[in-house]
Amino acid sequence: MADVTKMVGKAIKRREDPKLIQGRGTFIDDIKLPGMLHAAVVRSPYAHAKIKRIDVSRALAHPGVVAVFTGEDMMDINPMPAAWQAGGVKSNAVTPRALAVGKVTHVGDGVALVVAEDRYTARDAVELVEVEYEPLPAVVDARKATEPGAPLIHEAAPNNICMEWECGSKEKADAAIASAEVVVKEEIINQRLIPTPMETRGCVARYDAATGEFTLWMTSQAPHVHRLLLTAFVFGIPETKLRCIAPNVGGGFGQKIFCYADYAFTMWAARRLGRPVKYVEERSENYKASTHGRDHVTEVEIAGTRDGKVTGLRVKTWANLGGYFSTIAGGIPTTLYGRIITGVYKIPAAHVKVWGVYTNTAMVDAYRGAGRPEASYLIERMMDRFAAEIGMDPAEVRRRNFIQPQDFPYDNGLGMLPYDSGNYEPALNKALQMVGYENFRKEQAEARKQGRYLGLGISSYVEICGVAPSAWIGAVGQGWGAGLFESANVRVHLTGKVVVTTGSLPHGQGVETTFAQIVADELGVPYEDVTIEWGDTLAAPFGYGTYGSRSLAVGGTAVHKSVQKIKEKAKIIAAHMLEAAPEDMVFENGKAYVKGSPDKAKTLAEIALQASLAYSLPPGVEPFLDETTYYDPPNCTFPFGTHIAIVEVDAETGKVELRRYVAVDDVGNIINPLIVEGQLHGGIAQGVAQALYEHGYYDEDGELRSSNLLEYAVPTAAMLPRYELDHTVTPSPVNPMGVKGAGEAGTIASAQAVMNAVIDALSPFGIKHLQMPATPERVWRAIQNSRQMRQAAD
Amino acid sequence: MAEKVRISVTVNGVQHTSEVEPRQLLVHYLRETLGLTGTHIGCDTSQCGACVVHVDGQAVKSCTVFAVQVDGSSLTTIEGLAKDGHYHPVQEGFWEKHGLQCGFCTPGMIMAAVDLLKKNPNPSEGEIRHALEGNLCRCTGYQNIVLAIQYAAAKLRGEPVTGAVADD
Repeated sequence: MADVTKMVGKAIKRREDPKLIQGRGTFIDDIKLPGMLHAAVVRSPYAHAKIKRIDVSRALAHPGVVAVFTGEDMMDINPMPAAWQAGGVKSNAVTPRALAVGKVTHVGDGVALVVAEDRYTARDAVELVEVEYEPLPAVVDARKATEPGAPLIHEAAPNNICMEWECGSKEKADAAIASAEVVVKEEIINQRLIPTPMETRGCVARYDAATGEFTLWMTSQAPHVHRLLLTAFVFGIPETKLRCIAPNVGGGFGQKIFCYADYAFTMWAARRLGRPVKYVEERSENYKASTHGRDHVTEVEIAGTRDGKVTGLRVKTWANLGGYFSTIAGGIPTTLYGRIITGVYKIPAAHVKVWGVYTNTAMVDAYRGAGRPEASYLIERMMDRFAAEIGMDPAEVRRRNFIQPQDFPYDNGLGMLPYDSGNYEPALNKALQMVGYENFRKEQAEARKQGRYLGLGISSYVEICGVAPSAWIGAVGQGWGAGLFESANVRVHLTGKVVVTTGSLPHGQGVETTFAQIVADELGVPYEDVTIEWGDTLAAPFGYGTYGSRSLAVGGTAVHKSVQKIKEKAKIIAAHMLEAAPEDMVFENGKAYVKGSPDKAKTLAEIALQASLAYSLPPGVEPFLDETTYYDPPNCTFPFGTHIAIVEVDAETGKVELRRYVAVDDVGNIINPLIVEGQLHGGIAQGVAQALYEHGYYDEDGELRSSNLLEYAVPTAAMLPRYELDHTVTPSPVNPMGVKGAGEAGTIASAQAVMNAVIDALSPFGIKHLQMPATPERVWRAIQNSRQMRQAAD
Repeated sequence: MAEKVRISVTVNGVQHTSEVEPRQLLVHYLRETLGLTGTHIGCDTSQCGACVVHVDGQAVKSCTVFAVQVDGSSLTTIEGLAKDGHYHPVQEGFWEKHGLQCGFCTPGMIMAAVDLLKKNPNPSEGEIRHALEGNLCRCTGYQNIVLAIQYAAAKLRGEPVTGAVADD
């Protein structure tokens, strides 16, 4: 029998694209319902203030304004829920209400809602709401916020400390550091970033008074989770009274996972007014009021021997939570950070202590990589610091400390699930070969003689993908007290067409294409006969959504398992049709037949028709080919690799030129190379952006100084390099397809590759560390300081 | 509120006469009055370029133009770029080279690229990257956007091009 052309492994162009390249996608602001009103928000200009008085009368009198509400009006609904069990929260998780009541805790905190007949009128009326504030002292730095005398943001949280968490062994780490030949200490700041999906967040809410049912179209990475949180926790209504629909979502990067005040106030207003209401953030609102990422201040010590063995790591991190506790904020600087702090290295003694701290800034929660970029940045910067201290090649130091292939599954001793599979040295060697490492060092030495400063930075990383196992992530103190399985329903219709409904929520990842490739191969049906549906809680079985690089490893595996169930049932029905025994049947290339007799096969379409007409089915077999799986994997997956950046620093201007960027990634088996490369490109771009450009910067008064795209340096095409990609393949043993995930790897690996390169370039100046972003001003100042210090020493 | 003004514009070959507020931005006119929602809004400071359309053959950011300013003009938006059921080579390039992920910046990116190739049929990689300075993409890291535009440039010059693997 001729083999059906296999789709898995092919760089197939995406089926998502035709409507998007024609401007025929449906994003949140494209939705227009009859009678729909527009909402706009009055936001606090103060970082920290009491609300003394709100006068809405002028706004209410403005023609076209339908209503103006304040937080006091919305006291019949609860504050936003949060997975407070994570991260050792001291039962003082203060979450936002639909609108602030009594006080505001950051610039952009919502204090009143204007609802009007059109968008412009709503904006006009925002200016007419008079709010009297009593400003309070503000604090924006997480470590400073814990110091005596710092302004207190929430009464329930003395010293502004919300969480106190640790992992590893303090005793062992202390002992390793006390007895070490070499100890290097550093303060490392992982600056605040703003995720910046190109589409801001928003929603359209409709309420049907006759049935008491809401429909909420929303920019969501997880509509089922949003439905659950908004009904069971915020509104106190049955979950079945809300249908959440995510249309096309214009990027997320984590920011669209969380339960925000605006979903609640829009629903509330739609119910109160009996008309649909739309609220879509402006970009500056997205920057001031949606979640940010990173923002760690860390004191770290690494210990080792003169011959390059790392023996200990001790870490203290102050993680900024912002003015309130966001939905899953507790798990990011803890489970997804501390437990993977030793990276790709066998470090026998490590201890991580984390304080989660309230400040007068926007909330901080998961942003692409979520904890893992901070961890990888920390260990990779310190491996370079250690290498420099003992005068050893940074590549060699990495080799001497790598976890070895025979060590897998590897328990890192930090309470992480065991790393599934890995082989770190080949990826490093391949990357070194691609950049021509030996030659580069010669070129670098020559260049220095001419006063040119070249640098090379290595980042060997491991990360956590397929973030899921409920037994792990649900355990109190470990994760979020929630399951994280994923669902998939597969149906074969009468005509043989296959419909897959997934709980994953693609927003750029190409999941429709990838899943269709898997199903086409597994069922042996034409790729175009497979339809992938998603995004509507009414249509899809309960699923947790897309984040944590879990769509393929968890959602895709659920699809794969449902397809296997379909095949098993198809064999039983085909056996009945062929008057054979089910155990003698084979399902291959879209047909079922008795082993050895492929000429008398029944096609999947014939079997589906038989299953659907149902007049002649084997005893006890239900009609229709329709199977659902809730897949809860036994472990996460752990992609890894090595990225190398080469930079040239202009010592006179401080400008860093990123000359080459090489990445060797191992994401397990690859379904669609085109899509995987695209994910890596975009991921690398965001890490490079952190290293060189972006900073969500608050001044000391709590004013966000990077409050729009004019001030926050999302890189343009001219600011980013061409990426040179290759890979190794170490299949994951966790799932049947051997896949790991690729959504966040690029971001997790890249910032430290660039920073290590910058600092390597600056090493002739005696510069050992530099905080991100390495802007021309910061680099120039570091060079000047170094020159002045040397002059003073002379 | 100022009195409304009558404007007459041709959009994608169709003539429209509308009464608009003098302050209405072109992007809102296109999206909300004409229902052409393929033109997107990604910022409030004219940085992102998701709203790029062509006015009398020139690429403009429609968030930076009032609707009244295009009275009497002929506009093309992303919805009007494909002709007779055939994608414009730039659209084709974006599909073939995986030049988009979430697709939100894509309409503006494509319209800017079409404008670039009209002015410079054979741009270098550097010229493409600089020409896109007014358009932000957060998903792709731009490399495949560059490849997409190079593909389109070659195709427009009548040279052979290589696309992605066919999906059939």
